[in-house]
Amino acid sequence: MFGTAVIVFREILEAAIIIGIVAAATRDVPGRSRWIGAGLLLGLLGSALVASSISEISELANGVGQELFNALILGVAVLMLAWHNIWMASHGKELASNARAVGNAIRDGASESSVLLAVVGIAVLREGSETVLFLYGIATSNQVGAPTLLLGGIIGTIAGVTVGYALYKGLLRIPMRWFFSATSILVLLLAAGMASQAARYLIQADLIPALITPLWNTSAALPEKSIAGMLLHSLVGYDARPAGMQLVFYVATLAAIGMGMKWVGKLEQQKIN
Amino acid sequence: MNKILILFLLFPSWAIAADEEYTIQIQNHRFVPEQLIVPANKKIKLLVENKDATPEEFESYELNREKVITGNGKTTIYIGPLSPGKYPYFGDFNQATANGFIIAK
Repeated sequence: MFGTAVIVFREILEAAIIIGIVAAATRDVPGRSRWIGAGLLLGLLGSALVASSISEISELANGVGQELFNALILGVAVLMLAWHNIWMASHGKELASNARAVGNAIRDGASESSVLLAVVGIAVLREGSETVLFLYGIATSNQVGAPTLLLGGIIGTIAGVTVGYALYKGLLRIPMRWFFSATSILVLLLAAGMASQAARYLIQADLIPALITPLWNTSAALPEKSIAGMLLHSLVGYDARPAGMQLVFYVATLAAIGMGMKWVGKLEQQKIN
Repeated sequence: MNKILILFLLFPSWAIAADEEYTIQIQNHRFVPEQLIVPANKKIKLLVENKDATPEEFESYELNREKVITGNGKTTIYIGPLSPGKYPYFGDFNQATANGFIIAK
């Protein structure tokens, strides 16, 4: 049971951390909870759909359909997070100076809700479909103790959700002055980490060169299966043995979003002056 | 066409795209063979065949790979080029029994 709990925890944790961060970053979006709820629901439905059609997906594109699918939805999530951050940067000044303006400013950007919907949905979809397959395997294998294994799954889920919720609550305690910078940085690193994972799938599918494998190996100092490694993996895309191309994707994403934020920030500054 | 040829001349590793193929099977939640020897410093095309009815996830921290293989399904995973050494892998859904390692020589 403990083993099952750990496996499910690991799957849930990544989604929970992503949702915790975007939920905090969009704290003032009206009707936010509804969009998060819809994202969760769509993600769960999608998980079941992906899990049930996994053999069809796998057979696409000469057997690398899974990798393409994962890289594609990660790419969409990266674009959404990029859009969120750049939009936030364009309104950052008013947001920081005047809490009242926050609500209005964000109401203008109604599309923030679609960012929420998509990112939450994708986070759940990615981790959820694997969890569904795993639990399905247990449930259908008729092995003794299947109920206790499933109980382990429930415990793992609760533990993962608790971490995500704690992160969310912790982020909300950041003073308003620093709040937008803090969440922007977290979202930026989240997006870069996702881009690096997308690169890993494309390398696994042999669609892009790995460049150097591995670029570094820090598995002795900070193994990815340790709690700290798992947290860092979800938060900033930590990889104990990344391929060179993953770093290229990571840095390119950081640079592209960072420059986008700077650019719209400057435009906004000119408007004010 | 000529441009493609030039690309292959520039990147000889692409030209030798016929990567070496190796097969690992999953039977009764175990990998067969549990130990696979592959050449080092070469990209490897790994075929994983699942003879069980339940899905499995091929996963390896050392190889930095993870992929779901459906019940009675098969899949392709590209790995490497690996420096000489031992690379454990496991079945994420059956970690108690599904364990193996790849040795790159």
